[in-house]
Amino acid sequence: MIQTLLPKHLVKTRTSVLMMIPAILLLIVFVGEPFILSIILSLTNLRLGSPLPMEFVGLQQYYEIFSDQAFQRAIVNNGIFALCVVPIQTVLALSLALLLNQKMYGRAMFRMLFFMPVIFPLSLVAVIWIIIFAPNPEGLFNDSLNALTLGHWQARDFLHNEYFALPAIMLTSIWQGVGFQMIVFLAALQAIPHQLYEAASIDGAKTWQQFWHITLPQLRYTVAYVVILTTILAFRLFDQVQIMTQGGPSNASTTIMFETVKSAFAQQQVAKAAAMTVVLFVIVLSLTGLQQKISKKVRI
Amino acid sequence: MPLNFKSNVIKFVRYSLIISATAIYLVPILYMLLGSFKPDDHVLSGIFNKLQYVAEHYSLQNFRDVFERVDFKRYLANSLIITGCVVFFGLVVNAMAGYALARFHWQGRKLTLTIILAIMIIPMEATAVPLFYQLSILGLRNTYVVQIIPFIANAFFIVLFYTYFLSLPKELEEAAYMDGASPWRTFLFIVLPNSKPVLASVAILSFLLQWGNYLWPLLMVSDENVRPLSLAISTFYTLPPLQWGDLFAFGVLMVLPVLIVFIVFQKWFVQGVVASSHKA
Repeated sequence: MIQTLLPKHLVKTRTSVLMMIPAILLLIVFVGEPFILSIILSLTNLRLGSPLPMEFVGLQQYYEIFSDQAFQRAIVNNGIFALCVVPIQTVLALSLALLLNQKMYGRAMFRMLFFMPVIFPLSLVAVIWIIIFAPNPEGLFNDSLNALTLGHWQARDFLHNEYFALPAIMLTSIWQGVGFQMIVFLAALQAIPHQLYEAASIDGAKTWQQFWHITLPQLRYTVAYVVILTTILAFRLFDQVQIMTQGGPSNASTTIMFETVKSAFAQQQVAKAAAMTVVLFVIVLSLTGLQQKISKKVRI
Repeated sequence: MPLNFKSNVIKFVRYSLIISATAIYLVPILYMLLGSFKPDDHVLSGIFNKLQYVAEHYSLQNFRDVFERVDFKRYLANSLIITGCVVFFGLVVNAMAGYALARFHWQGRKLTLTIILAIMIIPMEATAVPLFYQLSILGLRNTYVVQIIPFIANAFFIVLFYTYFLSLPKELEEAAYMDGASPWRTFLFIVLPNSKPVLASVAILSFLLQWGNYLWPLLMVSDENVRPLSLAISTFYTLPPLQWGDLFAFGVLMVLPVLIVFIVFQKWFVQGVVASSHKA
C-alpha cells in the first residue's frame, strides 16, 4: 500500500487537496448531509402543513411505521420478491452462462442478445411488460397461456389482481436482470484455470463431476456476491411498482420505497418517510456487511 | 462411432436449448419492435398472429403519432444533456479524487478513504426525501442542475479509479515529476492516457445509471422542458388516449440510439458491468 504512493517531496499537499475537494464536497452535500438529516428527521414529528410545531419524538415514527399495515405488507413483499427473484434469476443466469461458456457458433451473438436488456431503462421495461400483461384475451401473456392450456385460460387483468400483481413485477425484473448476472458469471467462469479441468479429465472425471467439484466451488464466491447484490436491489424495488401497479391492488404489490414516496410526497409525512428510508438503509447495510465478509474470504 | 454420435446429440441438445431460450427471451423486444409498426388496434394480437394482415397494413403512423403527441426531440435532448454532463463531470471529479487518494501524501488521506467507503453503502433512496425538500426550497425543481449535480461525485466510481491507479506502475509518473512536470500535467498527459479501461467502465456505468434514472426525475421534474426520456415514457403511458402502438414506437425510438452505441462498444459495456458487480 505505502509503496504505491509517490515520494513526499515530489508533490505539494495543496495540489492533492485541490484534486480531492470537488468530490468530497459534493459527496458531503448530496449524500452525507441528507443521509444524516434523514436519521434526524425520522426522530421528529415533522409533517408539512401540520399545525403542530416540530419536536423530537424519539422512536415514535418507527413504532408507527411498524404498526402500519401498508408498511408491514411492503416489507413482506420486498422479502417475498427477494426470495423468489434471487434464486430463479441466479439459476437461470448460471445455466445460461454455462451454456454460453462452451465453444459454439454464434456464441458472441447469443451473449449480446441476453445482455441487451441491460441498456433498457427500467421505466421502459415496465411499460413493455404492462402491454404484455394487457387484460384483453389477445394480450400476449393471456394469449400465450390460452394457447398453452389449449383454450382453457380465462383472460385476466394480472396487474390489478391481488395474487398476480407481485409475480408479474417479479417476472419483469427477472427478464431485465438475468443478462447482467449472466455476464458476471461468464467473466468468473473464464477466470477458472484450464489446468483444473485438464487434470480432472485425465483422472477420468465426468462432465457433471467436473461441474460439481470444480466449477461450482470456483464460482461460489461470485455466486454469493451476486446473490447479495441482487437481494439489495430487490429491497430498493420502486420503478416497476410505481409504473405497473401503483402498489395495488390493496397493497398487494407495495414496497418499502413505494410506501416512502407515498408518505413523503402524497401525504407530506416527512418524518415517517425518513424513518422508512432509515429502515431500508439498515437492511442494505446488513446485506453489505455480509457481502464484505464474503469478499474478504475471496482475497484469502 | 458411438462416441461421435453421442457428442452430436449433446451438440444438438445444446443448440436447441440456447436457441429456444434466446427466442423466448427476445419475445418482449420483438413484440415491441413489431408492435411499433402495427395499427393500434392490432398491436396486442400476438407476435406473429395476423402477420399477413399486419404486413399489408404496417406503417410508420405510430412514430409520426409520437412526434405529434409529445415533444420527443426535447426529451431526447434533455436525456443527452443530463447524462452527458453527469458522465463528463463525473469522470473528471471522480478520477481526480481517485488519483489524490492513490498517489499523494496528505493529512487525512486515510480518513477520507474510510469516509468514501462508508458513503458508498448509502443507497440513493436513503437520501432522497431530505434532499428533495432542501433542493425544492432552493427553487431547483424543474432544472437541469438538480438532475446533474447530485450525481457527479460517486463514491463507488472513486473507489474504482483508486484501485485502478494503485495497479499502475508509478515509475513513469516519478520520472515526469523529476523532469519538473506539475501534478496536473502528469495526471492529464501520463496517468489518464494509461487509464482507458477504467475510464470506459466508469463512463458506461454512469451513463447506464443516469440514462435509466427514474425516481429522482419523478420527484424533481414536472416541467416537460427538462423531462428526461426515462420519465417521459411513463408520463406518455398515462397520457390519454392509451395507444399501445404509440407506446411501442416511443420505446423503439428511446432504445435505438443507445442500442447502436451498445453494439459498437459491446466489449466495454461488458467490462463496465462486470466491474459494477465488484461493488463491495
